[in-house]
Amino acid sequence: MAGIELSGIAKSYGGVEVLRDVDLAVGEGEFVVLVGPSGCGKSTLLRMIAGLEPITAGELRIGGRRMNEVPPRGRDIAMVFQSYALYPHMTVARNMGFPMEIAHRPKAERAGPVARAAEVLGLGKLLDRYPRALSGGQRQRVAMGRAIVRQPQAFLFDEPLSNLDAALRVEMRLEIARLHHRIGATTVYVTHDQVEAMTLADRIVVMNAGRIQQVGTPMDLYERPANRFVAGFIGSPTMNIVEGTPVPDGLRLADGTVWPAPLGARALGIRPEHLHVAPDGDGAGLRAEVQLIERLGSDTNLFCEAPGVGPLLARVHGDVNLALGSSVVLTPDLARLHPFDAEGRRVPVGR
Amino acid sequence: MSAALTDTPGGTRGRLSRAYLGMVAEPWLYLLPSLLLIGGVMLLPLAIGLGYAFQEFNLLRPGAAKWVGLDNFQDLWADPQFWRALRNTLVWTGASVTLQFAGGLGLALLLNTRFHGKKLVQALVFLPWAVPTFLTALTFSWLLNPVIGPVPYWLSGLGLIEEPYNILGNPDTALWGPILANVWYGVPFFAITLLAALSAIPSELYEAAEIDGASGWQSFTKITLPFLAPMIVITVMLRTIWIANFADLIYVMTGGGPANSTQILSSYIFTTAFKRLDFGHASAIAVVLLALLMIYAAILLAVRSRLVRR
Amino acid sequence: MAALGRPHPALVAGKYLALAAYVAFALFPLYWLVKIAVTPDRLIYSEGTRYWPSAATWDNFREVLGSDFLRFFGNSVIVSLSTAAITAVIAAGGGYAFSRFDFRGKRLVSALLLLTQMFPLLIIIAPIYRIVASLGLLNTLPSLIVTYTAFNIPFALFLMQSFFDGIPKDLEEAAMIDGCTRMQALRKVILPLTLPGLGATLGFVFTAAWSEILFALMLIRKEESMTFPVGLLNFVSKFSVDWGQMMAAGVLALVPSCLFFAFIQRYLVQGLTSGAVKG
Ligand SMILES: Nc1ncnc2c1ncn2[C@@H]1O[C@H](COP(=O)(O)OP(=O)(O)O)[C@@H](O)[C@H]1O
Ligand SMILES: [Mg+2]
Repeated sequence: MAGIELSGIAKSYGGVEVLRDVDLAVGEGEFVVLVGPSGCGKSTLLRMIAGLEPITAGELRIGGRRMNEVPPRGRDIAMVFQSYALYPHMTVARNMGFPMEIAHRPKAERAGPVARAAEVLGLGKLLDRYPRALSGGQRQRVAMGRAIVRQPQAFLFDEPLSNLDAALRVEMRLEIARLHHRIGATTVYVTHDQVEAMTLADRIVVMNAGRIQQVGTPMDLYERPANRFVAGFIGSPTMNIVEGTPVPDGLRLADGTVWPAPLGARALGIRPEHLHVAPDGDGAGLRAEVQLIERLGSDTNLFCEAPGVGPLLARVHGDVNLALGSSVVLTPDLARLHPFDAEGRRVPVGR
Repeated sequence: MSAALTDTPGGTRGRLSRAYLGMVAEPWLYLLPSLLLIGGVMLLPLAIGLGYAFQEFNLLRPGAAKWVGLDNFQDLWADPQFWRALRNTLVWTGASVTLQFAGGLGLALLLNTRFHGKKLVQALVFLPWAVPTFLTALTFSWLLNPVIGPVPYWLSGLGLIEEPYNILGNPDTALWGPILANVWYGVPFFAITLLAALSAIPSELYEAAEIDGASGWQSFTKITLPFLAPMIVITVMLRTIWIANFADLIYVMTGGGPANSTQILSSYIFTTAFKRLDFGHASAIAVVLLALLMIYAAILLAVRSRLVRR
Repeated sequence: MAALGRPHPALVAGKYLALAAYVAFALFPLYWLVKIAVTPDRLIYSEGTRYWPSAATWDNFREVLGSDFLRFFGNSVIVSLSTAAITAVIAAGGGYAFSRFDFRGKRLVSALLLLTQMFPLLIIIAPIYRIVASLGLLNTLPSLIVTYTAFNIPFALFLMQSFFDGIPKDLEEAAMIDGCTRMQALRKVILPLTLPGLGATLGFVFTAAWSEILFALMLIRKEESMTFPVGLLNFVSKFSVDWGQMMAAGVLALVPSCLFFAFIQRYLVQGLTSGAVKG
C-alpha cells in the first residue's frame, strides 16, 4: 500500500492542453474519487498515473518514488477498465492469475490467491468459463478479481460501473465499498456520476475543463462548494442559483425580496432540500407559481417559477397538498445559503 | 506537446524528452521493415522507371543510356501499335469491368437471399477467384481451342461463328478470349465486395419500406442502390485501374497477338521490356498509362464526393 | 431480402436456376481441366470434346510428377511460403503501428502505401530487372521473394491493421499494467487474438505469390530456378502437344490455392472490404 502524489501535472496532445496544474495527494489506504463532466480529463489523469500516457509536465510519485519515466509494469498498480479488458482467450481463472503468471509465479502458487479472490467476489463456480460466457456484472467482478489478486500498491478504476444497468450499478457500488472496507487499499476512482462519488469517496476531486475545482470530503463539497461549478455538480437535484443586486444587508432579488448575503456576493445558491415551501398567505418571502410536481414517494419535487427571479426547485419531505398553478412562498434555510461572487467563487461567510 | 515541453525546467526536460523520443520512435521501428522494402523495391524503382521514359535505353543496343527528353513520347505518338493498344485497353477494361460488375451484382443479390445449401454454393461460385491467373489463362485457351475445347462448338451452334475455329487466332475476335477469362475470374471479387456492403444495410430499412408499401423493385432502387453507390464507385474505380494494369491473362493467352491485335498498354509494356528489352520505350508507355489512370481516378473521385454529399 | 415477403414460386424457381447457372459457369472450366487430365492419351483427340471421358487414368499425373515439374513446384512452394511468411511478419509490424499509434507522418506513409497500389506495377519491371541484374541475383529465388514481399506488403499491412483495429487497445494496456512489457503483451494477449488475421494474410499473400508470372518470367530464365507458372508456360511453348500432362500439371497447380482458399473463406469478406476501402 502506498500514497500517490501529483504535483504540477499537465498534459497536452499536440498543442492542445487538456490538463494543467494538477496537484493532489492521495493518502495511504485512501479512496479518492475523480469526478467531473465527460471530457474534463479524468481518464487522462488516471492513465497518466497508470503509465499509459506520458506526462507532459509535473511529477508523479507513488510510495514516494518518482514514476514519470517508469513503464506501467514497474508501477505496481492495478486498473479496472470501463470495458473490463478481460482477455477473451483466457478463462476466468487465468485472467485473474495473469499478473502472477507474468511474474513467473508457479501455477500451484497462483491457485490460492485466485480462489480466495473468487470466493470474495462470488465467482467460485465460474473459474473455468471464458469471458464471452459471462454477464456484464460477472465480467465486472472478474476485472476486480484480477486487480485484487495482484495485491498492488494502488487500485485505479475508470468508470467501472458505467456499462451496467441501474440496479446492478447500485449492487456493484456496494460491493466496491465493501471491498475497500475489507482491503483498505489506496484507490483512485474515476466517474462522472456524482452519486457514486458521494457514496464511495473518502475524498472527492471535482474537475472541470482540465483543472481541479475542489478537493474535499463528500460533506465538505456538499456544505461548502468552492464555486458555482462544484455547487451545481455535487448534490441531486442540482442547487438553485439566484442572482441579485447587493444592498447593505444582503442581496435584493428581482422581485424585491432581500436574502442575507456577505459583502461581495452577487449570487446565492440554495439546495432544493433547503428551500421551505408554504402556501401563499400573508407571510413575506419569495412568491412563486408551482409549474410541475414530481412525487417520488419519500419526497416531492416542486418546480416553481418566481416572476423575474427564474425557475426554482424545492424538495419537500413526503407529499404536499398543492395543485399545479397554485401560488407558494419560498423561504431559504438561512444557514444553508451559499454566497458566490461575480466570478462564481464562494464568498466566505462570517468574516 | 513540444510547446509545453519547452516551458518546463531543464532537468525534467532532459528525462522527459528521452521518454518522448522513445514514444515517437516506437511506431517507426515497427514500420521500418515495411518502409525499407516498399521504398527500395517499389518507390525507388518507380522513380528510376519514370526516368527511363526520358532516356534512350535498350539492353539490346549496348552503350550507355542517354537522356533524350521527350523523344520516347514522340516515337510513341508515331507508333501505330501504341494507338492500337490504347484502343484495346479501353475495350478490354470497359468490357471486363462492366461484365464483371453486372455478374457480381447479380450474384451478390442472389447470395444475399436465403436458400438451401448456401454455404456450399458460395464456396463454389467464389472458387474462380482462387485459381492462379496463369492457370485461368491456360484453361481458357484450352477451352477455346477446337481440338480439345467445347466452346468453339457452342459458339458455332449458337450461330455466333460460322464454323468451330479458335477465336484467339482471329485478330477480329481474339481480345474476347481474355475478356471471357477475366470475367470468369473477376465476378467473385465484385460479388464478395458487394455482398459485404449489402449485408451492412440495416434490415429495418427494408422493413420500414415494406410497411410504407414499397415493392421489391422499389426497395432495390430506393434503398439498396443508394446505399451501395459510394462503395460501388470506389470499388469500380480501384478495379478499373487494376484491370487496366492486368496484363497476365492477355500475355499468357495470346502474347498480344495475333499481329498485335490483342495488345493492351500494359501487355505492350511487358512485351517491349521483356522481348525487346527496350526500357526507354516501355517506360514511356507506362507513364502514359499512369497519367490516363490518374485522370480517370480524379474524375471518379469527384463523382463520388458528389454522391456522398447528396 | 426482407422486403420480398413470401415470393412467387416462379421467382423461387428462377432464383435457383440463376444460382445453378452461376455454379455451372464457375465450375465448368475447372471440370474441363480435370477431365482432360484424367483422359488417357489415346483418347485425347478422339474424345477431345466429349463431356464425359469413356476411360480415366492417373498416368498423366504420374508422368508429371516424374518430370521437371516437381522442381518447378518445389521452387514455387519455397517462393510462395517464404513470401507469405516474411510478408505476414513485416506487415504485422506495420499494421500494428498503424492501428495503435498516432504519429506525425502517418498520413504521408498511408498515402505512399496507397500510391503503390495505384501505379502500373509494370512500370518498375525494367528498373527491377536492372537492379537485380546488377546485384547478380538474376535467376535466383531470393530475388523473387524480396520483390513479391514488397509488392504484397501494402495490402497485407492494411489487412493486418484492420485485424488489430478489431482488438481493443484496453487489452494491451491491461496486460502492461498486469506486468507485461510491450513485447510480452503482444505475445501473450495480442498474438493469440490475431492468429486468424495472420492466417488470412498468409493465405492472401501465398495465393498472390503462387500465381505471379510476369516478374517471374523477367527475372528467372534458367530452368533450375523456374517457378511453376513459368515452367508451365515454357512447357506450353516448347511442346504444345501433350495436353494430358499439361492439364495434369494445371490441376496440381490448383491444389495449394484451393487449400488456402478453403482456409481463408471466412475472412474473404472482411479482407476484401477493408482492402477495397483502404487500398
Ligand atoms: N489521444 C488524444 N488526442 C487528443 N486529445 C485527446 C486524446 N485523448 C483524450 N483527448 C482529449 O482530452 C480531453 C480529456 O479526455 P478524457 O480524459 O478522456 O476525459 P474524461 O475521461 O474526463 O471524459 C478530451 O477533451 C479529449 O478530447
Ligand atoms: Mg473517461
